[in-house]
Amino acid sequence: MDITSEAVIKAAALLGAGIAMGFGAIGPGVGEGYAAGRACEGISRAPKEAGLLTRTMLIGQAVSESTGIYSLVIALLLIFVVGG
Amino acid sequence: MGFGAIGAGIGEGYAAGQTALGISRQPRVSGQLVKTMLIGQAITETSGIFALVIAILMISTGVRTGGNAVLDIAAVLGAGIAVGVCGFGVAIGDGYCAGRACDGVARRPSIGGQITGTMLVGQAVTETPVVFALVVAFILLYSGFSGGLEKAAALLGAGIAMGFGGFGSGIGGGLPGGAASDSVSRREELRSKIIGTMLIGQAVTQTSAIFALVVAFLLTFASGEGNSIVRIAAFLGAGIAMGMGAIGPGLGTGVPAAAACTSLRVNPRVGPVTTRVMLLGQAVAQSTAIYSLIIALLMVYVV
Repeated sequence: MDITSEAVIKAAALLGAGIAMGFGAIGPGVGEGYAAGRACEGISRAPKEAGLLTRTMLIGQAVSESTGIYSLVIALLLIFVVGG
Repeated sequence: MGFGAIGAGIGEGYAAGQTALGISRQPRVSGQLVKTMLIGQAITETSGIFALVIAILMISTGVRTGGNAVLDIAAVLGAGIAVGVCGFGVAIGDGYCAGRACDGVARRPSIGGQITGTMLVGQAVTETPVVFALVVAFILLYSGFSGGLEKAAALLGAGIAMGFGGFGSGIGGGLPGGAASDSVSRREELRSKIIGTMLIGQAVTQTSAIFALVVAFLLTFASGEGNSIVRIAAFLGAGIAMGMGAIGPGLGTGVPAAAACTSLRVNPRVGPVTTRVMLLGQAVAQSTAIYSLIIALLMVYVV
């Protein structure tokens, strides 16, 4: 095993990319699902507002998505800029 | 053999412990509902039985991956994590489904058979991740592998990917199963529509487990002849990315599926609308699992 310090840095970056994307995907997944669930409930109670509820759900999910996108960006940076 | 036994001990303890925790979530006892409860518990038990089988196989048959002792350890640990962690989630999901079904039978004992039937369909879909995990575990334990430390990291990564990846889908599949059983108990005339919505919703929750299975297979059969620390980290990172990454979406897609099944019971006329919104919401929730899949694939093939 070639343990040059350069290789260690690259290895750490790749491991970090995996951890970043892995754990980073948990939160948005759960949160967006919850928003979708409440939207379905709301539509069952007020079907005429389906359009408004759907739009609100999507806006809320887009905000939740932001941290997931940050994780993706960091993971990609770690893979290609440091680990490449 | 000594190293193999250590690996088997850790893998077995992990598998059995995780699944025991999951089975402890089995439905609460209701006096006159023993029959439904026992059927539901029997399905929930299967995850534990899979884990027991893998553990016994690991102890009694010497695991010979054909490579060196490090590969043996990695394969054994990977197999244990795959079935153990995945079984944990699946058992929670199955138990939740059975619990809601028992609730429903207590409310309407006269249609107990229909409720139990709905529960069984829901639990069957919830079982799929642990079946995937069992397949991955058998492949890890009994295919011959050769390679260096990189291959060992890949095997461990495969186990992590499948184990944690199936955990979320296991729980996420049980949520709509439980909601459907409960909804059938309240409006049994809508049973076929409720089961239909439940199945569509559950299908989406299982996609994360399928991504995890794909990554586990890719890692298991990736070539890893050398010992480069960079590739070791890449394979482990890929497994962690997909494994952990599938937890959230697996869980999260289950929540709208459950809500859609409940909404159908509350207001059946808007069924098509809620199903559409459920699918839309599930698609967005699934996105981070797709990011994780991309990162995992990049780390297996590009780095």
